[in-house]
This record gives sequence, structure tokens and C-alpha cells, in this order.
Amino acid sequence: MTDFPILSALIVLPVLGALALLLIPPRRSEIVLPVAVGLSLITLGAAVWLLVDFESGVAGFQFVEQTSWYEPWGVGWHLGVDGISLLLVVLTAFLFPIALAASFGVKHRVREYAVAMLLLEAGIIGVFLALDLLVFFVFWEAMLVPMYFIIGIWGGERRVHAAVKFFLFTALGSAVMFAGILFLGFLGGDGVPTFDFVRLLDSDLSRTAQFWLFGAFGLSFAIKVPIFPFHTWLPDAHVEAPTAGSVILAGVLLKLGAYGLIRFNLSLFPEASVDLMPVLAVLAVIGIIYGAIVAIVQSDIKRLVAYSSVSHLGFVVLGVFALTTQGLQGGVLQMVNHGLTTGALFLLVGMIYERRHTREISQFGGLAARMPIYAGIFLFISFASIGLPGLNGFVGEFFILIGSFLSLPVYAMLAATGVVLAAVYLLWAYQRMFTGPITVAENRELRDLRIGEVLILAPILALVLFLGIYPKPALDRIEPSVDSILERIENATDYEMPQWGTTGDLP
Amino acid sequence: MVMLAAYSEGAAHLTDGGLLAQWAWLIPVVPLVLMFGIVFFGKRLPMKGWELAEAAMLFVAVYGVALLVMNASDGISYEGSVEIARIGSFTLEWGWVVDGLSIMMYAVVGVVGLAVFTYAKGYMKGDVRYTWFFAAFTMFAGAMLVLVSAPNLIQLVVGWELVGLASYLLIAHYWEDHANVVAGNKAFLVNKIADVGLFIGVIIIGVTVGSFRFSDILEAIADGDSALQQVAFWGGLALFIGAMGKSAQFPFHVWLPDAMAGPTPVSSLMHAATMVTAGVYLVGRMFPLFQTDGFAVDVKAIMMVVGALTLFLTGLIALVQDDIKKVLAYSTLSQLGYMVTAMGAGAYTAGLFHLFTHAFFKGLLFLCAGSVIHAVHSNNMSDMGGLRKAMPWTYRTFLIGSLALAGIFPLAGFWSKDEILASISYDSGHGGGTIATVVLGVAIAGAFITAFYMARAVYLTFFGEYKGHAHPHESPKVMTYPLIGLGVLSAVAGFANIPGIFTGFTQWLAARPQVMGDHHAESIDFVLAGIGLAVALLGIAAGTRLWKRDAATQQARDTFRIPVLYPVLANKYYLDDLYAKAVVDPIKGPIARFTNWTNTYVIDGVVNAFGAVSVFLSRIVYQGVDQRGIDLAFNAAASATGEAGDAVRYTTSGRIQQYAGGLFVGAVLLVVGFLIFT
Repeated sequence: MTDFPILSALIVLPVLGALALLLIPPRRSEIVLPVAVGLSLITLGAAVWLLVDFESGVAGFQFVEQTSWYEPWGVGWHLGVDGISLLLVVLTAFLFPIALAASFGVKHRVREYAVAMLLLEAGIIGVFLALDLLVFFVFWEAMLVPMYFIIGIWGGERRVHAAVKFFLFTALGSAVMFAGILFLGFLGGDGVPTFDFVRLLDSDLSRTAQFWLFGAFGLSFAIKVPIFPFHTWLPDAHVEAPTAGSVILAGVLLKLGAYGLIRFNLSLFPEASVDLMPVLAVLAVIGIIYGAIVAIVQSDIKRLVAYSSVSHLGFVVLGVFALTTQGLQGGVLQMVNHGLTTGALFLLVGMIYERRHTREISQFGGLAARMPIYAGIFLFISFASIGLPGLNGFVGEFFILIGSFLSLPVYAMLAATGVVLAAVYLLWAYQRMFTGPITVAENRELRDLRIGEVLILAPILALVLFLGIYPKPALDRIEPSVDSILERIENATDYEMPQWGTTGDLP
Repeated sequence: MVMLAAYSEGAAHLTDGGLLAQWAWLIPVVPLVLMFGIVFFGKRLPMKGWELAEAAMLFVAVYGVALLVMNASDGISYEGSVEIARIGSFTLEWGWVVDGLSIMMYAVVGVVGLAVFTYAKGYMKGDVRYTWFFAAFTMFAGAMLVLVSAPNLIQLVVGWELVGLASYLLIAHYWEDHANVVAGNKAFLVNKIADVGLFIGVIIIGVTVGSFRFSDILEAIADGDSALQQVAFWGGLALFIGAMGKSAQFPFHVWLPDAMAGPTPVSSLMHAATMVTAGVYLVGRMFPLFQTDGFAVDVKAIMMVVGALTLFLTGLIALVQDDIKKVLAYSTLSQLGYMVTAMGAGAYTAGLFHLFTHAFFKGLLFLCAGSVIHAVHSNNMSDMGGLRKAMPWTYRTFLIGSLALAGIFPLAGFWSKDEILASISYDSGHGGGTIATVVLGVAIAGAFITAFYMARAVYLTFFGEYKGHAHPHESPKVMTYPLIGLGVLSAVAGFANIPGIFTGFTQWLAARPQVMGDHHAESIDFVLAGIGLAVALLGIAAGTRLWKRDAATQQARDTFRIPVLYPVLANKYYLDDLYAKAVVDPIKGPIARFTNWTNTYVIDGVVNAFGAVSVFLSRIVYQGVDQRGIDLAFNAAASATGEAGDAVRYTTSGRIQQYAGGLFVGAVLLVVGFLIFT
């Protein structure tokens, strides 16, 4: 390990990149995207360096950077990465070059678009790395702005409606969370205000305070995840967002919610977490089944994928609030998995939209005959999303089921039916889009994927396969951090994590 | 890092199998690796990838038979594994089991697979996706081998799901036709529903024991683990529900007849060696759970009833099918019913012995059917007739297969079916009670039906006059040789186990560290064997009486048209309609639409109303607040992204700033409230 402030660099690099893009003269707008991809690749390089240097088997924060900012309030620039945030940071850095490379369809205000994307990247990475609650909140809000513009300017027909809805939903959550942060910061420390996450871990909050703070933080995160019934902004935002926006939205932005729940709610408010475990499990299971059922009837393929996210994120939340090693670990892994598969699905939807300018499933049919490579990749990703063993979705999903079975057996069994529904909506969509005879004349002239498009998808496909076959490296890094969170909960409350081989009371 | 562990404490005569067992991980790996070879290089090879597929099956067949021979002289029990992931105290392992049960399956998959793959070279000639077909087909076999070689429940689930995937791809092979894709989806989804049972069973048992390894679980059973005893019934039942899906037991059987949409070699392999045998195999692998007192013994009664229902009800449907593949499909269901019934009667050996013999004659019958279909370009027996002269080898082998299936002495089916009958009879006197006695009656009646519908199939296809319009001819050698090979095995496979005379198969299967605790008859039960044979002969006689006569039209020849019963059978007891109307349509239609409606109008409606109300309130409450400062901040943010901000601000008329400003001021007020009131 070196003393180089790698975490700050991860945040600053995209910002510098954005500034560099502003130097490109407007008449050379055609080089903007290639340059932006290159710049985001530098960030990816830094993230990979982080991944390599990261010491697995260590529970605490690594690469910590800490400087005081405003002493009287205990605000500081405090960054750190542990097993939970590591993979999400790498996922973010991984998806941005892909999303930018898939943006060559953007012709309007390209420079502003690329700037917004890079600022968004900086904001997201900042959220994952910040260990000071105010710094965290600044990034949390800062990231909203570019996302709002990406949907509102480069989106589809009803983009403004979607953007405003997105903004309002998240701003509502933010407002309440901001109140919670200020309250926690001024009252959580030992007499002195502090916003330092690590110091706040030792704060001795009353049960009631924990309960309210859990709600204040939780609402914001629940909207972001989204947990049922706070999900209705998501399909609108997805459908109207440009392809790259959807990829980032589904791939990374939604994870911020689940990440927040783990990082802040579980760690800072253990008692409330244990008390509210059944509530969140119920909402998670409703989300799993409800999202899947709504996905079945969607006639717009992008909306269908959006609702599948509601279902999949329900699994993540169930795993997190199972409060077991397996569940939490599966939940973190599943966040990464969902980012990859759903990101790929949105890329695929974007590719067909570019060709046909429609996303109505009924406008397709028999596409496999004209676009065999596209159909093959679509099916591959669909099966990954369904949770086929050998592909990434399976391991996370199965661990979540095992983990939730240990503490919440009935919910686990209900959630298992979500696996069937996932197969229903995806295979049914595949059947309607890709098989049978070609019925719509325009589809006869479709071209299969270009080599460039395949190259954009290839890294995701490789990771889907790798994590499906050999998830050990990922799990090894997640485990210690997850265990330390659960240990904290066990120490702070009378909750006892159920162990193997002891479950005796079944229906 | 390879962890090797040999188990030989349970039975002193078991060996660890030496190098042959240590390298047995190649059995699933070689087909899977060659599958990728076919995908990436198949089209460039002289035989378009078939040679790699064939090589894979040849390897498995030779390896499997070598192990079988070695196991026959010295019982083998070996287990190896590699760690893939570790979560807490839970490890995920990839491994391979080499014991009596898995060796039998390796050999069956290999030998039947070799025959089917060879045959498929001729059958699939000129197919639009020839190379792709062999890739998927190799994966199908490879996935089954992953399942069979699994030393733990997780790997079994992996193989199980991959088998499901391969079957989906193969059934929907001709996806240009919607019906085939619907059949593929149906197979996948029905299996997936049953898989929920499997998942729950795996989790219940694994979590309770604290390990997913078969060896640990079976050891816990042998030790009388009390925690496991408490959940054993539910765990066992859930596992069995999973088994009912793959092994197509009533009422999950509906996917199997539709799966005939796939090319015939697929049907052949699916019905003989891979896929449908998986459920029976799982029950066999976990057998002590169902057989040991205090554990899931009660599940056996359910098994027996489910099996008996399946064998009887589906056998009857076979009587009214015109499509020759459907006749065979329903007969497979019926025979799977026999296997499950046997397992329910506590007859580990008899159930798996029937799986063994059935693999040969059912694989054979499907290949014969394919040969006929190839010749007449139709699946329907109403387009066939009189083919025995044009297709002598197909006819002879089909006859052998039919007689073996009907259970005629001394062909394979006779021995295995007799053993099942004897086991049920034994069970009726030893704990099975009245249920077993009734089931015995059903099983005997089933033997009559089996002989009856096979006689019908033989007469309608090969006797009388040709009804079709093509010019039937015998299939090429690449197709007839596999028929002959499987024909020989269908004739002799039954000799592997003759109670009291040669009990080789019993001993092969017993080569496991645990004791299976099933009953083995000391000698042939001549009365029961006589009854079984007589009933089968009666079925053939009745079939001959009804269908041998030549008649001008198929309609007149197929005189089995009893009112009420016929339409009920022809409509498959209306089960498909029931599922469609009572389950699938409501979910896809009203339920999903209603949920979607609630989503749009209730939940989102609340959101929109909330938005409207908050805007209203914020206007009233914060009118006095100077919003200029906040506006300024937002304008700054907007101008940072250039004119873009203006565009948006223009379209939203600045309302977003008002909302946001209001929200932030609200937040500050909330904090003040917090601070004052706590």
C-alpha cells in the first residue's frame, strides 16, 4: 500500500475529466465521447488498482484518508473503503466507460452530456467512499443534479415529467435524511458535534432516537432502492432516460439505497434494525412478487426490465434484513450481479430501440432470424437474470434464500416463488420478441449487432460468467466487513444470529 | 486445491476406485468443454461439430462402462471436491461422486447417449441449426452428468437447472414455430415451479444439518440427528416435489408430452437417460432420508400414491394418441410412475433397476419412432401403417422395444417390472398397509394398459396398409445401427438382476458408504411374475383383437372410442385447460393487470396527490421565505452545465427550484423541531 490518496483520486479524476472536456472546442464535438470514454477508463484503471491493492480478509476500512475540515462541527474529509463498498466502486468505474461508449447515439449537446456523466460518476463514487455524513450528503445531492439533467435533457418524450418525478421523490427523501444527519451529528457524539461515521458508531442512542433516525435515513434509501411502495418513480425514469442513463440508474444508482441501508442503518441504528427487520422483510417480499407480476403485463420492454429491477432489489433487501452472514453477503453480491445483468439488458434494449425506434414488444417477433447474435446475448443475459447456475445471478440469489431462511423461513419460501415469476416475464418476453415468424415488415431489414456493440457488451458477459463460476474472490472480500456489521448488531442488541444446524421450528 | 476423501467405513468391501475414480471429474467436464468447442469451432469442422459431440459421448460411455465393470468386481465409493467459495461456516464445493448409484447413471447416460448421438447424425442431416443443435445436445448430457456426479445438494441444483436450460433450448429448437417455443417455455416453467420445492427442500435440509454434502446429511440420518428428524417430513416432501417436476409426476406431468416439439433424438435422450430420470435419481441419492424410521418415511406413502396415479392415468391417455411420439411420451410418464411407486414402496434397487432397463428400451422406441417419422414425414400413425416391409430393421427393433416395455419374458422390462410388483407386494405386508395393496392392483392394471397401447402402436404403425403419401424407406445405417445396439440391450439388460440367481445389479447399486435398507427378494415370486406376464399377454391379445384387422380407414381401425371416457382421455383429463384457465391466464391477465392498475392509479396516484398537496402547502407556508438565495444556488448549478439548464428551467418554469427550496427549508425546520422536542 502506498500513501497515494487513491480514494480522493477516484473522485477527483472524473471531475478533472469533466473539466478537460470543457476545453474541447464546440466544433470538434465528434471527439468528445471518445475522449470521455478514455477519461473514464483512467478512473477504471484507478479502481482496478484499488481492487488489486485491497487486502481481503480485513474487516475495517482501508486506504483511509482523513483531514479535518470544520473542527467546531466535527466535519472532515474522511474517506475509506471496505468489502461492502469496494465492489460497488469498481462496478461504478466499470459501467461508466461502457455507458459512455454506448452513447454514440447522442447527437445533441454532446459535450454537456459527457460532462454530466463524468460528474455523475464522481458523485456516485463519492457517496460510496465518504465516511463523513455531511460529505456523504453533499455527494448524495450532487449526484442528483447531473442525473436529473441526463433524464430531463437527453431523455424520451415525457422526459421532463420523469425527471421532475425523479427529482421530487429523491429530494423528499433527502430532506428527511438531511434532518436526520444534522440531528445525529449534533446529538450523536459525546457532547461535541461530529459527523464522522466511525466516531458515530460508538454513539449511544436511545431506542426511540434510533427508531426515528432509522426512519429518516431509511426513507431516503428506500426510495432509492426502491422498496415497495416507493418505486413508482423508477419505471418512468427508466423509460424516459437515455440508454446510458438507464444503465447507470439501474446499474449503480439503485445500489446506493441498499448500500446506505447497510452502511448507515444497520451500523448506526442496530436496535431499530432488529426491530424493523420483519417490516422490511415483508416489504421486500411484496416487492419481489409485486414487481415480477407487474413486469409480466408490461408491453414496453424497457418498462418490463425496470419492473424486474423492483423485484430483484427486493431480493437484495430481503438478504440485507435477514441479518445473517449468508443473507447480507448474498445481498451485496446480488447488488453487483444486478448491476451487470440489468445494465446489459438496458444496453440491449437501447440497441434495438436505435434500430426500430420502438420498444413495444408487440412490434417485434421472430428477431432471432435476423439478429442471431443479439438474440443469443439477450437470452444469455435473461438466464443470468433468472438466476441460472453458472451465471452470476444464481450464487447471490441462493445465498439470500439460505440466509433469509435461517432467520425468516416463511419469507424465504415466499421469495423463492419470485424465481419462477422472473422466468415467466423474461422468457415470455423473449418468446414474443425473438421467436416465431417475422410479422412486422420493418423487422425484415434489421441488421445484427455491429462489432462495436458486441465489444461494449463483451466485458459484462465475461464478468457474468466469471462471477457465476467462481464467485470466491468477490465473496472473500465482502465477508469480513459483513461479519463485523453483524457482530456489532449482536453486541449492541440481544439479537443472536441463527446458526447452522440449529433450526428446529418449521411450519 | 483438491481435497480428496475416500469413504469406506460403511462397508468394508468398498474400494476407493484408484485413479479411475480420481479422474472421474472428467465425466461431466469433457462434454461441457467439448460443448464450447462445438459452439466456437463447430462450423469449421468437417462434420460441423458432430464429431466433438460424438467424441464426448464416446468418452462418457467408455469411462462409465469401465467404472461399471470395475464396480462389479469391487464396489467403488469415492468422493472428491474443490472449494469454490466459503461463506462463514458454509463452503461451496464442486465435486464428483463415484459410487454404485452414480456409476450406473454414468454408464446409462454414456451408452444411450452414444447411440442417440450417432443416430442424430443421420436424423438431423440438413437441419438449419445443425451445429448449434449438437452444442445444446452435448450440454444437455453434460448438465445431467453434473447433476449425477454431485456430492452435494448445491451442485445437484446446478446440474438440475442446467438440464432445464438445455431442455428449453432443445424443445424450442425449431423456434420459428411459436408452438415449439410455447412448449419449451412450458417445460421450463413447470419445472421451475417444482424447483421452488427443490430449493426449499435443499435449504431446509442443508441448513438443519449444517452441510449440503450428501455424505454429511446421510451420516446425520444414520446417527439419528434429532434436529433433522423434526424437519425431515417437510424437507423430504419439498425435495420430492422437486423430483416430481423433473420426473414428470402427476400433476406436474403436463410439460412432458408437449416437450415432443423438440427433434426426436432429444425426446429419446430426455426420456431415457437424462432429465426425467433426475427426479428418481434424487430420491435414490437421498434414499435413507425416506427409508430410515423417524425421518421422512411418511413421504413414501405420498410417493406411492403419486406414482400410482401417474402410471395409471397417463397410461390411459396413451391409448388415444395418434401421434406416435405422444404415445411413447405418455408411456414414459407411466413408467416413471412405476419407478416412483417403487421408491415409495421402499424399493431402492427395484426403482432404479427399472430406470436402468427403461433407459434402453425407451431410448430405442423413440429412435425407432424417429426413423419412421423420417420415412413418412409425419408424426401421426394415421399416416403410417404397413411399414414392416419397407422398414424391416426399424420394425424388428421397435417390436423388441415394445415387448420389453410391455414386460414380456425374458426381455428387460419383464424383470424390472416384476421386481417392482414384488416390492410393492412385500411392502403391503411390511408397513405399506392398505395403500400398498391398492397400489399393487393399480400397478398390475397398469401392466395391462402398457401392453395394450404398445400393441396398438405396433399394429397401427407397422401392420395393415400404408396410409401416407411419402415413399417410406429404411433409414441409413448411421440410424439403424444404434437401433440394433439398443435393441440388444433392451433384450438382455434385465438379466443384470434376477432374484436368487444373479443379483449383480443389486450389488452394483449397493456400493455406497451408507446402507440403503431396502428389501431384496431371495427368489423370484413366481405367482406375481406369472400374473404380471399373463396380464401383459392379455393386453397384447386385446390389442391384437382390436387393431390387427385391416380396415380402409384409420378411423375404423381405431375403434377404441368409448363415449365420455374417450373425450376425457383425448383432452388429457382437461388438466392443461384447467392450468391455463385457472392459473396461467389469471396471472398473466386479470391479476397482473389489476396489480398494474393498482400500481398506476393507487400507488402512483397517492404519489401524485402527495406531490400536489406538498406544492400547495409549500406555497402557503414558505411564501414569506426569501427564495432568492436558493434560486441563486440553483441557477449556478444550472449554468455550470451550460445552456442545458436553461432548457430545463424553461420547460419546468422554474418549479423544480421551488419544490427543492421548499423541501430544504422544511428539512431545516424539521431539525429545529427535533432539537426542541427531544
